[in-house]
Amino acid sequence: MNKTVLDLWVGLFVIAGIAALLFLALKVGSMSAVNTSNSYEVVARFDNIGGLKPRAPVKSAGVVVGRVADIRFDNETYEAAVTLRLDKRYAFPKDTSAAIMTSGLLGEQYIGLEAGGDSQTLKDKDRILITQSAVVLENLIGQFIYGKAQEGAPQ
Amino acid sequence: MLRQAIENLGNRTIQGVWRIGFASRFFLAVLLHSGTAFRRFGLTIREMYFTGVLSLIIILVSGLFVGMVLGLQGYETLQTYGAEESLGILVALSLVRELGPVVAALLFASRAGSAITAEIGLMKATEQLSAMEMMAVDPIARVVAPRFWAGVISMPLLAALFSAMGIFGGYLVGVQLIGVDEGAFWSQMQSAVDFEQDILNGVIKSVVFGIAITAIALFEGYDAPPTAEGVSGATTRTVVTSSLAVLALDFVLTAFMFRGIS
Repeated sequence: MNKTVLDLWVGLFVIAGIAALLFLALKVGSMSAVNTSNSYEVVARFDNIGGLKPRAPVKSAGVVVGRVADIRFDNETYEAAVTLRLDKRYAFPKDTSAAIMTSGLLGEQYIGLEAGGDSQTLKDKDRILITQSAVVLENLIGQFIYGKAQEGAPQ
Repeated sequence: MLRQAIENLGNRTIQGVWRIGFASRFFLAVLLHSGTAFRRFGLTIREMYFTGVLSLIIILVSGLFVGMVLGLQGYETLQTYGAEESLGILVALSLVRELGPVVAALLFASRAGSAITAEIGLMKATEQLSAMEMMAVDPIARVVAPRFWAGVISMPLLAALFSAMGIFGGYLVGVQLIGVDEGAFWSQMQSAVDFEQDILNGVIKSVVFGIAITAIALFEGYDAPPTAEGVSGATTRTVVTSSLAVLALDFVLTAFMFRGIS
């Protein structure tokens, strides 16, 4: 085979391979997702995080504004300390509240941020003070049964 | 009788260890002589044509069909839970994490690995390698190293093409044929597939598979007995050993990479 034709084919092969990688990176994955340089971290403490996992989305008004960076157990307060990595483009007031929610009935769990009214905004390494834990199905059922039993009890 | 059995065992162990040692020395020699493969890059490009470009047809067609089958089967299962929109996640994650690197590597082993072994085995049987040595040309630098690097470079590109083609096949079946919502298909896929965790790990996998397959194929060819029977046996061993190596390596790599990822 002619050498230039061979070079041409290999060149085309390499270009196609790199194009496939770019397709995977840009169209299939989301490289535009929050990266470390353009983000800041805040910590929120929860009594119970339910099934929340690292890399779960952080949403405000339904829009993804960041991701859960880290989850650890605080052995002094017996709470879960969740580190949220938020996009620098979005600033939130100091009294923003965080709640663990579930998308759909069986969907993944995410953190919902509800903006407050404070004029100061959250900075890197700040703490979100108002939090709401995950809803645990067993507790809900327990409360329901307890309520029913009280209703039926003789006066 | 017993003594005979013990002698056989000892003999096999010694031969096994000797072969492992020879394989390691061979691999080290290939790495040491890699300079030629890059200094005379034309040699590597020539081999990339034979290992990479000529494997394109089988890789692209099987990628397309694997993706299409994933689309059909995934839809059937997800439909039971009313989660058809997650079809994009299922197709993309299974291809990028596992099927792309592994199936592409298995095809590469049988398409290109066997060809490498047969070629080098026949070169040895017809004493072309000895002739090179007579002319003070190192056969490892001139014949083996360019093939090694061509395989290592081609493998990730082929795996990426396989995955991309598979996702396109899943899109064809899922969105165009069955009618899953196109926006949900792509957006759910993008929110679930992470560049570093999923795509980059897939690429690392395929590089490791490329190294393993080409090294095994080259060694089997170089070590083949210089007879017609020896070359055919070496070719078979290449396909069997490298396929098993790919599957075993895949398990080990997956255990390291994806443990702890939801």
